[in-house]
Amino acid sequence: MGGYYKEEDLGRFGEIGKYNPDLFKKFMDWYNASLEPGLLTKREKVLIGLAVAHTVQCPYCIDAYTRSCLEEGMNLEHITEVVHTASAVKGGACLIHGIQAHNTAGKISL
Amino acid sequence: MTGFEKKVHEVQSGPLQACGIKILQVNLGYQCNLACRHCHIEAGPSRTESMGMKVIDQVIDVLEKSPIEILDITGGAPELNPHLRYLVQKARGAGVHLIARTNLSVFFEPGMHDIPGFYAENDVEIIASLPHYMETSVDRVRGSGTFTKSIEALRTLNGLGYGTEQGKKQLHLVYNPPGAFLPSSQTELEKQYRKELLSKFNIVFNRLYTFANMPIGRFRDFLVRTDNYQAYQEKIKGAFNPGTLNGLMCRYMISIGWDGTLYDCDFNQVLGLTVDMECPDHINDFDYSVLAGRKIVTDDHCFACTAGQGST
Repeated sequence: MGGYYKEEDLGRFGEIGKYNPDLFKKFMDWYNASLEPGLLTKREKVLIGLAVAHTVQCPYCIDAYTRSCLEEGMNLEHITEVVHTASAVKGGACLIHGIQAHNTAGKISL
Repeated sequence: MTGFEKKVHEVQSGPLQACGIKILQVNLGYQCNLACRHCHIEAGPSRTESMGMKVIDQVIDVLEKSPIEILDITGGAPELNPHLRYLVQKARGAGVHLIARTNLSVFFEPGMHDIPGFYAENDVEIIASLPHYMETSVDRVRGSGTFTKSIEALRTLNGLGYGTEQGKKQLHLVYNPPGAFLPSSQTELEKQYRKELLSKFNIVFNRLYTFANMPIGRFRDFLVRTDNYQAYQEKIKGAFNPGTLNGLMCRYMISIGWDGTLYDCDFNQVLGLTVDMECPDHINDFDYSVLAGRKIVTDDHCFACTAGQGST
């Protein structure tokens, strides 16, 4: 990660709490609790994290969840597969809006 | 005082000490058919260090005259030592339980095809390295074609009753993270290994052990080369779990190098850290009563054994 985004800034995330520690603590408690194994395993949750990281295109999240996936025993084949799934869903979300375009065109066309 | 010693002193009154010697671990040499990227020994085909008959006989003598219960045989690839079979048979005669650490693919080297059967005949428990359940990951770390050989070797071992409910011969697998990160839950990863190996290859095993990579040897070179060394050290230090101290293997074993030198563990062997200076440091002078209560020699690499759920 280079240029505008700095890799070391991920480690500075806690600084966000400086001007509103209560809200930041609430966020972190919620965040950490949401990643604890429940009905879903930790493995499943970090895969979801990786998918979301790609769709919101957050370099920090991509770094963090790639590492988490490797730590959970997955490899580049797992990672690539989930990136395809995330991309396909995002692609589908774009494509479905084509119906909106068709509707609009239909409404105003002869 | 090292950083590790300070950490130990924070949770207990004295230094780490041995609680007897249950296991004698012998390193039969650094020669190996593989040259894995994470190998702390830096073993490989060009290494020539190998335990000779004199030390092998001394090992057997120690087993016969001490209350040690287990002989844990490692390397390199221990199978490449020409005296392995002699050692196994004599140690079995001495009534100790035998463990061999194998890389599996060595069974396909010349003259090694009967090793699985030899292990089975002598009730040797097997701890086999299999860094992942997918071919790409294994071959990346261990060399092209290694995964296929490992799978064939596991099939052979299953055929001999290893890892099966009926066979009662113990077959355990070992996972090392393929990079600068720590292993996650052993239980969860074991489930994945079990599912993948059974569904794709019809292979069964008893347990999966997850070990953190030690930042020494070839793995240290990788960390330094990729600018990950400092971060990895911080990571293992930050993951210190005081609950692992009681179960650390160094407290229940002694490690014997290929030349007969005594160490607290295989990792100290690589670093040249022999047992505490108040103890004999060579098998020539092996004294169970002195060594059984010795102070363990530690340094900051020991954080890898106390990180998270521990690696022992």
